[in-house]
Amino acid sequence: MSTAWSWYVIILTLANVFGCIWLIRWTSKPKVGEVKTGDVTGHVWDETLQEYNNPMPRWWLWMFYLTIIFGLIYLALYPALGNFKGLFGWTSKQEYQKEIAQANAAYGPIFAAYAKTDIVTLAKDSDAMRAGQRLFLNYCASCHGSDAGGARGFPNLRDHDWLYGGTPEMIQTSILDGRRGVMPAWGAVLGDKGVDEVAAYVMSLSDRKADAALARAGKARFETFCAACHMPDGKGNQGIGAPNLTDNIWLYGRAASTIKQTIRDGRNGVMPSHRTFLGEDKAHLLAAYVYSLSAK
Amino acid sequence: MDTQDSYNYKVVRQFSVMTVVWGIVGMSVGVLIAAQLVWPELNFNTPWLTYSRLRPLHTNAVIFAFGGSALFATSYYVVQRTCQVRLAFDRLASFTFWGWTLIILLAAVSLPMGYTTGKEYAELEWPIDILIAIVWVSYAVVFFGTILKRKVKHIYVANWFFAAFILTVAVLHIVNSAEIPISLTKSYSVYPGTIDAMVQWWYGHNAVGFFLTAGFLGIMYYFIPKQAERPIYSYRLSVVHFWALVSTYMWAGPHHLQYTALPDWAQSLGMVFSLILLAPSWGGMINGIMTLSGAWHKLRHDPILKFLIVSLSFYGMSTFEGPMMAIKTVNALSHYTDWTIGHVHSGALGWVGLVSIGAIYFLIPKVFGREGMYSTKLIETHFWVATIGIVLYIAAMWIAGVMEGLMWRAVNSDGTLTYSFVESLEVTYPFYVVRLIGGLLYLSGMFLMAYNVWKTIAGPKMVNAAIPQNA
Repeated sequence: MSTAWSWYVIILTLANVFGCIWLIRWTSKPKVGEVKTGDVTGHVWDETLQEYNNPMPRWWLWMFYLTIIFGLIYLALYPALGNFKGLFGWTSKQEYQKEIAQANAAYGPIFAAYAKTDIVTLAKDSDAMRAGQRLFLNYCASCHGSDAGGARGFPNLRDHDWLYGGTPEMIQTSILDGRRGVMPAWGAVLGDKGVDEVAAYVMSLSDRKADAALARAGKARFETFCAACHMPDGKGNQGIGAPNLTDNIWLYGRAASTIKQTIRDGRNGVMPSHRTFLGEDKAHLLAAYVYSLSAK
Repeated sequence: MDTQDSYNYKVVRQFSVMTVVWGIVGMSVGVLIAAQLVWPELNFNTPWLTYSRLRPLHTNAVIFAFGGSALFATSYYVVQRTCQVRLAFDRLASFTFWGWTLIILLAAVSLPMGYTTGKEYAELEWPIDILIAIVWVSYAVVFFGTILKRKVKHIYVANWFFAAFILTVAVLHIVNSAEIPISLTKSYSVYPGTIDAMVQWWYGHNAVGFFLTAGFLGIMYYFIPKQAERPIYSYRLSVVHFWALVSTYMWAGPHHLQYTALPDWAQSLGMVFSLILLAPSWGGMINGIMTLSGAWHKLRHDPILKFLIVSLSFYGMSTFEGPMMAIKTVNALSHYTDWTIGHVHSGALGWVGLVSIGAIYFLIPKVFGREGMYSTKLIETHFWVATIGIVLYIAAMWIAGVMEGLMWRAVNSDGTLTYSFVESLEVTYPFYVVRLIGGLLYLSGMFLMAYNVWKTIAGPKMVNAAIPQNA
């Protein structure tokens, strides 16, 4: 903040604190012509309301003074008075960095040790998997569920269906760098009838009941517009995260209306990147945990 | 009879009765959302019955409809009686009643529909904000107009607090509600990011400080000495705690934003002034409770006095708890937990609720020209039901809150968190049930009150009091 604002804050703050002290002292002093201590002041309102001229309780005044003294000391030690940094030179940023450094020093070696073991072997280490589960419950469960069973739009991690591949390396890459699963909106290109046809064809790929005539018409459209990503046989392409459409697993729901909505409006699936947040060692352990869920 | 020779009790009657009505409405919504936290199915899959929309309705209804009506009723009564003059501008006073009622109805419709600015305790959208500003300025004109034409020289202490409350709330509301409308039902704050958050909590905390504290201290300063028939304990104490309270409260808002993007200096200032605020806050409690010295025996038989005095105990408790929670180290544990909810409700149910209820029990027979309330026994029952309800509520939230705070920070030997969020949620369930029971008890007390008020008003009438002539 500018020097002027800094002084504005300093002056207002100190004026208020010292103003309280002045207020106490000024009010405590006897005034000329006032009644004796313990008598009523002589003013009467609404027939019966009066006030005693009693002193302020001493214990209360001490409490007031003590909080003011504490306040002044705190204002001197910590950043509060505008640009004045405080005698301790404390900042919340430094404190945060210190805590992180301490945590890394204390816990870093534990995860570094896990990181030396390859993921397949690590997935069989029950101690490591307990630690991995704790990480999972805190960082992953809010989307993928505490049992990793997934939710609408968030993949189930226990089945053997993988959008980007279930090898240890691919799982680790998904965690470290995140994924963006983009399905474009085809409504404008296909029209309502086209969407119905493609949806019928997609459902028939998983051997679901679908109108045969619609599905036949949808096949041609599928080959023109969808096969580039989902492949001509509909089995998908893990290289770009295009889902397999033949396994009767539906990321956004199995209802025909939902499938039509996906085709018409597209989808935007986001798995956030955890590289800077968790670091490679923890991501390695997490990858092993996720790998262990379906490797059983 | 309501003439220029008598006090304007009509508007006091209107607000007094609506205090009871809005109390029941606001607290019923509170009980419903407390039940939803135990049984989420109770939102019946209906958008306007979801917790997210009913929670702001609950807070707005209890603070501004119930609390606001109590403040209007008592301040209009007190300012007339202590200035020994009829309320200024009868028609404007009547406008404040109908305007305030309209605002509450608009809130009751627009909040469940999902219209919100997203600012806590200031959720209402811009057209309603403008209406609030107009009604509030009218309120100020009526109040200060009455002060100006007073027939007694000195301004009674209760009126200082009402005056500070009315003036400050006007400033708070207008500054915090500065927003750019993009349609009739949607607007955006003019303040960017962190500044918006700071303005919001400057407003939010002073809504507590001036609406829920200064205003209700005004109630305390009239109704306790009246009901106890004793002089106020110390004139000096009231001077010091008034000025210290109103100046110090202004700074305390940043304690709502500890450990956020708010600059360090602002966080520190918020904490320091919150601590200094302890003594000025307690000044009001001491002055109220000590007013009873020499008349303690009255507490035994007078349930209205019980309401008023016990409200001060809860006031003292929550104004001690507040500064403690503002200390950064304590805040690191308490923030975002149910402890905050417990703290708020010890102030809301214990202080604001009980002092309002006590004052309304005092007011109803006076302004309806009745000899007394229909049943003193029912008031006594109401007092105990409400007090037990509060104790259950805040004890449950304290335990739940401290438990949450401890669980969220617990770490294993490898530095991973011991508990996931959902585990901390699971252990709070029994306490949510206890909280619901506490809330139900408090609400049922309000029904006893409504019955008692109804029977009183339906009972035989006496004559309206004339204004005493100044000696």
